[in-house]
This record gives sequence, C-alpha cells and structure tokens, in this order.
Amino acid sequence: MKFGVVVFPGSNCDVDVYHVIKNVLKKPVEYIWHRDQEIDGFNCIILPGGFSYGDYLRSGAIARFSPVMKSVEKFASQGGLVLGICNGFQILLEAGLLPGALRGNDSQQFICDDTFIKVENESCPFTIDCAQDEVLKIPIAHKDGNYFAEASLLRELEAKGQVVFRYCDHEGRVSREANPNGSVGNVAGVCNESGNILGMMPHPERCAEELLGGEDGKKIFKSVLKWWEKRGGRRGS
Amino acid sequence: MEAKVWREMGLTDREYELIKEILKREPNYVEVGMFAVMWSEHCSYKSSRAVLKKLPTQGPHVLQGPGENAGIVDIGEGLAVAFKVESHNHPSAIEPFQGAATGVGGIVRDIFTMGARPIANLNSLRFGDLEKPRSRYLFNGVVNGIGWYGNCMGIPTVAGEVYFDNSYAGNPIVNAMCVGLVKHGDIARGVAAGKGNAVMVVGARTGRDGIHGCTFASEELSEESEDRRPSVQVGDPFMEKLLLEACQELTAKNLIVGMQDMGAAGLTGCVCEMASRGGTGMNIDISLVPRREKGMTPYEVMLSESQERMLIVPRAGSEEEVKAIFSKWGLEAVVIGEVTEDGLLNIFDGEEKVACIPAAALTKGCPAYSPEEREPAYLKEVREIDSGKYSFGNWNKALLKVLSSPTIASKKWVYRQYDYMVQTDTVIVPGGDAALLRVKGTSKALAVTIDGNGRYCYLDPFCGGAIAVAEAARNIVCTGARPLAVTDCLNFGNPEKPEIFWQFRNVIEGMSKACRVLETPVVSGNVSFYNETAGEPVFPTPTVGMVGLLENIEKRCKAGFSGEGDAVVLLGESKDELGGSEYLKIMTGLVSGKPPVIDLELEKAVQECCLKLIDQGLVSSAHDCSEGGLAVALAEGCIIGGRGVKIEMISDLNPAALLFGESQSRILLTVPWEHISKAETVSLDLGVPFNILGRVKGRSLTFIVNGTKFIDLEVGSMEREWLEAIPCLMS
Repeated sequence: MKFGVVVFPGSNCDVDVYHVIKNVLKKPVEYIWHRDQEIDGFNCIILPGGFSYGDYLRSGAIARFSPVMKSVEKFASQGGLVLGICNGFQILLEAGLLPGALRGNDSQQFICDDTFIKVENESCPFTIDCAQDEVLKIPIAHKDGNYFAEASLLRELEAKGQVVFRYCDHEGRVSREANPNGSVGNVAGVCNESGNILGMMPHPERCAEELLGGEDGKKIFKSVLKWWEKRGGRRGS
Repeated sequence: MEAKVWREMGLTDREYELIKEILKREPNYVEVGMFAVMWSEHCSYKSSRAVLKKLPTQGPHVLQGPGENAGIVDIGEGLAVAFKVESHNHPSAIEPFQGAATGVGGIVRDIFTMGARPIANLNSLRFGDLEKPRSRYLFNGVVNGIGWYGNCMGIPTVAGEVYFDNSYAGNPIVNAMCVGLVKHGDIARGVAAGKGNAVMVVGARTGRDGIHGCTFASEELSEESEDRRPSVQVGDPFMEKLLLEACQELTAKNLIVGMQDMGAAGLTGCVCEMASRGGTGMNIDISLVPRREKGMTPYEVMLSESQERMLIVPRAGSEEEVKAIFSKWGLEAVVIGEVTEDGLLNIFDGEEKVACIPAAALTKGCPAYSPEEREPAYLKEVREIDSGKYSFGNWNKALLKVLSSPTIASKKWVYRQYDYMVQTDTVIVPGGDAALLRVKGTSKALAVTIDGNGRYCYLDPFCGGAIAVAEAARNIVCTGARPLAVTDCLNFGNPEKPEIFWQFRNVIEGMSKACRVLETPVVSGNVSFYNETAGEPVFPTPTVGMVGLLENIEKRCKAGFSGEGDAVVLLGESKDELGGSEYLKIMTGLVSGKPPVIDLELEKAVQECCLKLIDQGLVSSAHDCSEGGLAVALAEGCIIGGRGVKIEMISDLNPAALLFGESQSRILLTVPWEHISKAETVSLDLGVPFNILGRVKGRSLTFIVNGTKFIDLEVGSMEREWLEAIPCLMS
C-alpha cells in the first residue's frame, strides 16, 4: 500500500500528511510534484491542504488545471482511492470529481478550531475503521469551507450515502451551533457515488498523535489501510 | 542641489555636508536617495545605537547576535533556532490589512534568509479602545492581514498579545515575530564575498511600491499620513511561499555564498549591507532588474520596497542551477552584477553610471547622535495613589468586569483567525502562557512568547523594561522550558524629544539588567521611533520576544488547573501594589501609581523553582500571575482547565490589591497533595515563598479571605464573559 501526496505550488499541509503516513503509520509514501503525470504505483492519492496558487481567483480553481490532475482523474475513474483535505477538497470540487461547491465561511473569517464531526457513512474506504454515527474530534482551518448543494442534490447525496461527515457537537448532535461555517446540512465531507473519492474540510493529519491532543484523525488513514487489506490490494469499490 | 531635496528625504544639512565630504563631491539625486534611506533612523539606528550597546548580546548558546537578518541560538543535536521581531506600526496605521500582512512577510523573509525554515509566527499588537470605530477597523484589518499572510505561507501563528489603550488610538503597534529552525550547517548569512561572484535578484518583480517606506517610518504620523498610502507595500504570500521553498532548496544544496531579504531600503539596503559585511563592493546594472512597471527611474528601482524579493550571491558556477530551482517554482532569478574587491557600489543603468558610493559609508558612515534627555514632568503627578481608596466592594462584579475588558479577555477571536496548527508541532496552543512546539525527530520542544506592558513603562520606564523581560521569561518557564534568548522591538515616540529619549534609555537599562540576571541575551531586534500622532506619543512600549528550550517534551506543563483536589499554590508574594494595574484602569480610567516593583534576584529564584518543580514532576499545572492579578490568574486557570477552585486565605492586604494587584515574580501552581512537602522543600531551599491558597474543587471559583467570601462565581459564567467580550465588541 503506497500513498502519494500531491504538491501544488502553495500546498502547505503536504508535509503534515507525509509525516503522519511515514512516521505515525509507518507506511510507504512519496510526494508527487503537480507537473508529474506518472502516478502509477500509488494506491491512494492525497490532495493536501494549503493555498494552491495562493487561492487566487477561487480556492482550488487554478490547481485543477495542473498536469497531475488529468492522471488523478484517470486513477479515480479506475477505482483508485483519492482523498482531498481542505484545499484538496476544494480542488476536487473544482475538477468536478465531487458534487457541490464550497463558498466563503458565513462569518467571512478564516477559522482555525477543533470541530466534532459525525460519521454518517462508515462503509466507504476512508471510514471503515469508524463506527456508525461515531463522533470524531478533528480540527478545521479554512476560510472557504461553507459547503453548498441545491436541496435536490443534497437529498440525492444523503440518499446515496455520499454525505460522509457532518459537523456536530461533542455528543453527536447535528445542530446550527455546531456548524462552524454555514455548510448546508452541516456537511463536512462528501464522497462520490462509488465511494473511492472523499473530500473533507477537517484536517485528519492534524490529530493523529496523542501529543497533539487527539488521535481521531488517524482513523481516516487506518480505514484506507484496512480497506486495502480487506480487498487484498485490488482497486475498485 | 537645492537644500529642499535632501531635507524632504529626511537628511539634515549637516548630514548632507558629511556626504559631500565622504564622496569628495556633490552627490547626485540617486545617491542622496540612497543615503537618505540608509541614514534614516529606521535603518541606521543613529539615535539609539549608543544606548542599545547596553544590552547583553553574548551567551554560551548564541551562534549569531544582532547585526544579521536574525539572531540564532543553539539548541543542541546540531540544530539551532533563528528568530527576530520587527515593527510595522506606521504602514498598519494607514492601511491595516496590507501593513500588517507585509510586516509578517518581511519578518518571515528575515528568518528564511538565514537558511532556517519558519516554524512559528507571533505578534504583539496595541490599539485604542475598542469602543472607537477606528480602533475596531484597525484591529480587524491587522488581524486579517496577519492571518492572510501567515496562513497562506503555512506557518502557524502560535502566540501573541493584544492590548487596548487610547494611547495607541492614532498609532497602533504591530510587531511581528518569526521563529525558524535550522541545522548548523545550513546557516546562511547576508554576506557578499568572492571577487567575480554573481549578484542575483530573485523572486518578485520590482515596482514603485514602498518607496521611502523607511523614511516614512522615521517621522511622526499626522493628518498628511493618509497621503503616504503609496508608501505602504503590497504583499503576495503565495509568491513568498514559492520563494521560501526555492531558498530552502538553495541552502540544502549549498549553492550560495550569501543572501539577504530586500526589506527596508530595498535594493539599496541589500547591496550595501551585503557588501559591507563582506568587506567587498559590487558592480550592479539596474537595467537588468525585472520590473512590473514601465519607465521606472534608477532612483525608483534603488529605493523600491516591493515585497518578496531577495538578493543572492551564488557560489561561482552555480548560477544556472540556481535559475533552474527558481524556474521550477515559477520564479525569476536574474544576474544583475558581480562582487568586487574595491568596497565601492557602482550602480549602472545600462552603460550609464548612476551612483558610486563606498558600501561602508551607507551602513556605517551615518553619525551617531546622543539626543538630549529630560525626565518627563507627568511622572511626579501620576505616581502617588492610595490603593485603599479603590476597593469597590462587589468583588464578583469586579472580577467579571475585569475578565471582560478586552485587554484581559480571551483572544480567541484573534487566534481563531490564525492557522495555529499547520506543521503539526503545536503542542501547547494559544490561550495559555507560552506556546510549545515539538521539534520533530528529537525529544525537544521550543517555548515561544512575546510580552510587554506599555503602562508600566509609562509609569516607570526602568521597572517596566525589566518586567517585560521577566514576564516573558516567566511565561516560558510555566511550560517547563528554560529561557534561552530575547528578540526585542522597541516602540517609542519621537526621540528628538528629550522626554522620549529619557524613557527610551531607562527602558533599555531596565531590560538590560533583567536580561543579565535572567541570562537571556538579546540576539536580534528592531527600534521603532516616531510613534506619535499629532504630537502625542504612545506609551513607551518595548515588546520582548523570547524562545525557551524544553529538553524532554514529556515533561511539559500546561496553564489550566487539573487534578481535582490538588493544592493551589502561589510561588512568590502578593504585595500592596495596585499601581499601574489593569483593575485600576478599568475601574477608574486612571493610568497611575507606581507599577509593581521587581526584585530580579527573587524573580530568578521563582523561575528556577518553577522549572525544578516541573522537571521533578511535582506539579500538575503552572500559570503566570500577571495582568489582572491573582483573581484573574485563578479565573484563567479555572477556565482553561475547566475546573473550579476553593481558595481560603488569611491576608492583611487591602482586598483590591490582594485580588487585582499585579505584584511580580508570582506563579500559580497546582500540586498533587502527595508531592506538597517535597515541593515546599524545593521552594524554601531556593528562598522562594510557597503558599498553599486552596484546592482544585468543583465548578466554581470561590475566594474566601479572613473568613469572608469575596468571590463565588461559576466557571461557566466567567468563561462566557471572558470569551464573549471581544466578539461582542466586534460584531
């Protein structure tokens, strides 16, 4: 099982994701420069957080045109696992690989804080190490994390189990008070229909060690490993 | 040349005469401009130099003291920390967002110029009362700008302080500090050496922004300052992130002789400082400098303070490799000249020579001044108070009021807008005393803080200066880390006024004494004078940035009370000292009285004691007792730890001083009972007063003095006041 972490100009959580995979999970991982198109040999591609291209124009809007994104698209269409975190989620949306859009936080402010999220779909490759409705404490750090989908689309996503995480309080109540950024339906993360592409605003790599105040984020990475093991190392979902 | 020309650029007639003597001829317009920026107060320290010599700068850990882009301190295992603080007060006063953002950009470049990777940003901010719309506008803009730049760069902003006082209403204080980590072998310096080596400009293109920014920093703010908006630089953190990564590759591959950030005084500052440090000269052709505007004159190119640019001298023969690295990051790197041996800066515009100045004349030729000094008249009036007069009786109400004053209240509204977690090293997050960062690959951690109290310095500059250092060190010590060294930012009014200079000298002497006793040398810093609006100076405000080292991160200590039933202990002594307190200001609007005295030997003992107790695992929390006094320190310990305490004391102090006096050299601890006698022995051996005040208990802060209940408040209600105060004022 080998992870690849894409580095766009302006990515800044690439190093953090790399650290967790290499030093905490002790699994093989390599950086992929955004100009590279050769991504064979990787089993899970992660688009990390940061400010790709300075988030100029719109978060993720320029990075989607990086050469690597064509390969990522192909990789995903063959069932390869793709995880977009924060800016990576924004890029996946801009690339049309995930449904919906992210707008500016309703407070108009950048928010860095711990949040609680509830696992609504515990059967996708990124959550199978979680229990149904499990509450995870994972921090956010973004200015454009206000998820939006038309009511009909949101219903469809819910029906198909594509809403993977929702913001909640520490007891799992999905409430307005627990919604940090104004996302519709408190959505914190969504996957594609076949479940092999996940985008999430919270940063699991920031809470994968007890020293940093929690290990809930580790579950996302461990899920990927578990899923991979279960499938005996085959792509597709 | 008409006198008007040099005078408008800020040079005196005498200085102009001196320039003529140095050049043995009349300088041309470009040369006058270059002298004017380099001899400005901001760049030359001409008024402050003699006084700054009083600060200790040496120590066993110091690898690089003042005089470089940043100071560097050894932390063992072949690693070192580079750090520096700098002011961006004037730009922030007229364009808060860009002013603060480029302040961050500048200090970050100072750090990675040394070969270090920036691992933390800090900031120290002062504004007028938040009731005023303009203060809110400045506060909001500055916080936004700091966040925008640091967040985009992927550098966590982990600590800081914000004070509100009308002394800063017209002239806010915006001091940005950056801390970087570097391997000894990767340390780079701003030196031009090696005859014939290329000189390259890298990074962003040069435009007309920021011309005479440092001259602007060397005059008072006035009605006309708004017209200076074009003197404020415009930042591009994305560009700087690319520049950072490219420069890290340069140092990792050992491709450079020297590099320097183009900050104040732009290209002029870079060429003369790098050449002067190397004892060399340079031939530069500015027609080769990439521009973003057409028709720029040589004067404009030499003085532009466009951001995100650096000057580098690569190792001979590595120019192409340097270009390839920059090109990978989408950046330009252009050879604009070469290093020479004659000590002269020959500036060409194509074929035409536009300036010729000895490099050292720009960096060292400026005369040093010994400004006149006079003790300010206000001091006699403000010093006497009778603290007994200010006991208001309803202590519950008083505590809630103090907790909700913006200076004391939680700064979560601020730091929530900063990414304080990126790089995944922030083990103790903002909101406590100092922040603590792990050093990956080792068992070490770094504690970082920035501190200062302008009110104390206004009332007693010497004492205030000493307290600034002592309190920063105390913050560090509360995490279990040992203070290593200091970077200072000295914010004062117009030094040409004798009263201001008197304040300045006394603050430095106070700081100097504290740095010596606490063994924390000053390794870098910045002086910011002319912080005045319409002739009214700000409080003398030194801010002290400090870095400390914790060898074993497992021994770290936090500020929040923990351990139900643990004893609450006060190290140090509470005295009848209400002067200069936050309480007095909130309750009466007065900034008066004598600030608390500081006995530096006792301070040292208290800090040693705290370190020893933490190291021996005898305490469950440690929190500095400072602004707002004992009552606020207790409330903060309760709120951060999510627990209550029951305090029962016998005291003959007047209640206001006991609860809210800001006596120095005090640290609040919680100690498990099984360790209490051992802890007491450690303290008494060091001559440190050790008083058990009560215990961690329940969900309320109960404070009983001589059998009378003074305070009884639920932690939740204190937390609400404390958390909501700033958001309420800002919404």
